[in-house]
Amino acid sequence: MKLLFQFGIIAIFTFIGEILNYIIPLPIPASIYGLVLLFAALCMKIIKLEQVENAADFFLAIMPIMFVPPTVNLMTVWPVLKNNLLGLLIACIISTIIVMGLTGRIAQALINYQDKKEEKFAGSVNEQTISEEVHDYE
Amino acid sequence: MNSFLEVSSYFGLVLTIALFWLGHWINKKTKISFLNPILIAAALIIALLAILDIDFETYESSASIISKLLTPATICYAVPLYRQLNILKERLAAIIISVACGSAASVICVFGFTKLLNFPPEVYRAILPKSVTTAIGMGLSEEMGGLVPITIAAIMITGLFGGAAAVSICRLFHITDPVAIGLSIGTSSHAVGTSKAIEIGEIEGAMSGLAIVVAGLMTVILAPLASGWI
Repeated sequence: MKLLFQFGIIAIFTFIGEILNYIIPLPIPASIYGLVLLFAALCMKIIKLEQVENAADFFLAIMPIMFVPPTVNLMTVWPVLKNNLLGLLIACIISTIIVMGLTGRIAQALINYQDKKEEKFAGSVNEQTISEEVHDYE
Repeated sequence: MNSFLEVSSYFGLVLTIALFWLGHWINKKTKISFLNPILIAAALIIALLAILDIDFETYESSASIISKLLTPATICYAVPLYRQLNILKERLAAIIISVACGSAASVICVFGFTKLLNFPPEVYRAILPKSVTTAIGMGLSEEMGGLVPITIAAIMITGLFGGAAAVSICRLFHITDPVAIGLSIGTSSHAVGTSKAIEIGEIEGAMSGLAIVVAGLMTVILAPLASGWI
């Protein structure tokens, strides 16, 4: 029963996502509305993690099989794929290198910056408490 | 026989699960990341349908039970994202900025290569979301009017290459911070890359998983803007 209710909650968010996808004229899939709303509901404690996590983990674990039918669909677009296959390979490989390198470099620079700033901040806080302590002794 | 298969509700489901199982087994035995269960299962099903002269539609009508679960399954990404809430808050600026830049770079690269290699518009729209997880990429491609199977092919190529080359690329760009490594892998090569990130380390895996969702959301904003460029 527990799993059924968990799935029920996920199904409700799926349905809300479908409604939003229908009424909002933006190219955003229903799943994204549902994802954002479920995340917000978890953050605001409207829904507790225990109320969805078993079903969610199950769905995420079996997700790869859901890509099999659409991959089989490649047979229907084979002529288009065949004409562009080499180009697709080149485009995907080179852009993956660029995206991975760029994201990592920017993230690393920002993390180092944040750590340095916090170190400085932590340092000044420490000095302050020490001077306060000294003051207390006096 | 074919007329029976057309009305059968479970033919596609049974075929898909059976061959995915086989694919999973082959993948485990050989440990070759290129031989992933999805590719093996899909290749065998295509071969079987061709040999038995069965239409894709016949297979699809009874395999759609599986595909219909994709929307709720994608929503479930909210759960791992919520589990990473602390690190998300702690590194919010670094995560948002780096993933946004990465997602923008991906979209711009696709535009550049489309101009360079003359991809037709429906292929261009299909490969705009190539760096995001299949679940989000497929939905996005469909909404933008791209050829969804091409999206899947591009996402597969990206993920398989990203996973295989992640360690060398991070070394090449001197990316050593575990959080940065995770973000770079998840942003560029989604779930397939993430399985590699999990092998590298716990923080790398968690951050890569987080980046899948954040990059997916960023691309949902960026790709439709770029879809009108061609």
